[in-house]
Amino acid sequence: MKNQVLNLKTRVMNINKSTRSNAVTIGGILIAYVVCTALINSGNMSNLLRNLLVAMCYYSIMAVSLNLTVGILGQLSLGHAGFMCIGAFTGAFFSKITVNTINNTFIRFTLAILIGAVAAGLFGIFIGVVVLRLKGDYLAIVTLAFGEIIKNVLNVFYIGYDSKGIHFSMKDTASLNLEEGGMVVVKGAQGISGTPRNSTFTIGVILLIITYLIIVNLVNSRSGRAIMAIRDNHIAAESVGIDITKYKILAFSISAALAGVAGVLYSHNIATVQSTKFGYNTSILILVFVVLGGMGNLRGSIIAAIILTVLPEYLRFMQDYRMLIYAIVLIVMMIFNWGPACINWRKNHSLKDLTKKLMKAKKEA
Amino acid sequence: MEMLSVKNLSISFGGLHAVDSFSITINKGELYGLIGPNGAGKTTVFNLLTGVYKPDMGQVILDGENITGRSTIEINKAGVARTFQNIRLFKNMSVLDNVKCGLHNDNKYSTFAGIFRLPSYFKTEKRMNEQAYEILEVFGLEKEAKILSSNLPYGKQRKLEIARALATNPKLLLLDEPAAGMNPSETEELMETINLVRKQYDVTILLIEHDMKLVAGICEKIFVLNFGIELANGLPQDVLNNPEVIKAYLGE
Ligand SMILES: Nc1ncnc2c1ncn2[C@@H]1O[C@H](COP(=O)(O)OP(=O)(O)OP(=O)(O)O)[C@@H](O)[C@H]1O
Ligand SMILES: [Mg+2]
Repeated sequence: MKNQVLNLKTRVMNINKSTRSNAVTIGGILIAYVVCTALINSGNMSNLLRNLLVAMCYYSIMAVSLNLTVGILGQLSLGHAGFMCIGAFTGAFFSKITVNTINNTFIRFTLAILIGAVAAGLFGIFIGVVVLRLKGDYLAIVTLAFGEIIKNVLNVFYIGYDSKGIHFSMKDTASLNLEEGGMVVVKGAQGISGTPRNSTFTIGVILLIITYLIIVNLVNSRSGRAIMAIRDNHIAAESVGIDITKYKILAFSISAALAGVAGVLYSHNIATVQSTKFGYNTSILILVFVVLGGMGNLRGSIIAAIILTVLPEYLRFMQDYRMLIYAIVLIVMMIFNWGPACINWRKNHSLKDLTKKLMKAKKEA
Repeated sequence: MEMLSVKNLSISFGGLHAVDSFSITINKGELYGLIGPNGAGKTTVFNLLTGVYKPDMGQVILDGENITGRSTIEINKAGVARTFQNIRLFKNMSVLDNVKCGLHNDNKYSTFAGIFRLPSYFKTEKRMNEQAYEILEVFGLEKEAKILSSNLPYGKQRKLEIARALATNPKLLLLDEPAAGMNPSETEELMETINLVRKQYDVTILLIEHDMKLVAGICEKIFVLNFGIELANGLPQDVLNNPEVIKAYLGE
């Protein structure tokens, strides 16, 4: 009986702990959102920052979703931008061809997001199957190659449509053989331009919160435990009957689908989407967010993504020294976050302890 | 009633016959000991039984079902669970979650239900928590349920591995040196726990052990392996007094 009471207590505490952590993250996002909106409305936000708001959202989504593959499944992927690319193109393509038929922006954009997510998710399944037996360096190289292939293939796609339907070519616009009045949507290296600019800061924040909740809930569920068990020890995971293949592909595809969502957000935020934007530079940038924020630490991913999106823009005044300073800041952040001495220092000087001490002092007084 | 029946199980690595014509019959509810000097092939037998290695030859029948050549996952689903000589816990997960991984296949809800927190999620998670705590209590680990498994002291990590294996609801439990690295009092306690497990969970156990006291103390039958070959097999008093065994294994 006593044991049961104890169990119940620890169980309740556990639920409280993880929900509290979620509440802190989501609360933080919402507060940031409210503050930013207030600043915009009162005209106190610089144009520079205003133009970065949606970018912060899609980079955060990218970082959180990559954390599922790298931090939670424990597989190094260097092709995450490839999935973003798929989402960006399919979403933009859909919006462009339906812009005159679906008049309701909300419905059209929601559909575009879903289509981008599904398309990227399917690619995630495909790549997940292909790289299933690979680990570590090999996996990193193959995912990097996949990212590059997606980018380069899309770079030579020409797609247009007319009354007869959709035309496709990998050569040039002329070989699409469009009839009079037909429209070229994807123009090879020039990509897709004139996508309706439906992405807003509000939608970005909503999508970020949804992404965050999807991954947090996944992690705290049966499937999430299976994914983490594979990361911690795949031999032991098999020994308790966990289907490694299934959960690896599951993690890969969810991660890819969410990157696809980020892609749709991206392509509806700028005038022209070009596939060259999604090379390995972008993939590695996202990986830096994840490593800096902490493997498996979703809140850290978001914070790192925001800081490192804003920082380079604010360093522009330094001109040639910009990337140097950026690199130094990266190293300092890395040491602060992960140096053993710094971890200890933060443990001893945490905000929680400080408030506790203050409360105690107050009580005693 | 036969729980496990193994016939002529063999595997060689290169030229080395790691396990040669291993045959054993274990009855339901029995506690069988598998002993032998270092490198005798004991762990390899476990790896063959659980599908980590595919046998070159031989047959494994579990409770009337032929499981020869199946994958590790399928063999676990058929009812074989194991622990490892070098502990393999899910290090970055809590003690409770380690056991819940063991409950994975008997308590199902879809990934979708998990992400969108449908009623089946809450119902199944509640049941899993109850079952996991029940098992943890058997091993005296319920107070440590929330801590990271890698933060457990060594002896408790060994116990947690058994708890996790037991959570898969096995018919046959394979324990690879469960008392390795434990002090005498911890070993004593482990023996009691193993006896308790047998009583509560209706499970057949095959156990590898170097600790003679433990083997003689709790095993009903003993199998001695030497250079991959059977040296002796039978009741403890017969086996442990067998001059060949004494020569090969006890070295006296
Ligand atoms: N995968 C493998 N490849 C090559 N040789 C192996 C492999 N696995 C085991 N062996 C060899 O098979 C023999 C038996 O090893 P095994 O681990 O089964 O011994 P053991 O009886 O468990 O010994 P210990 O008491 O030290 O745990 C050893 O000579 C070992 O080197
Ligand atoms: Mg061994």
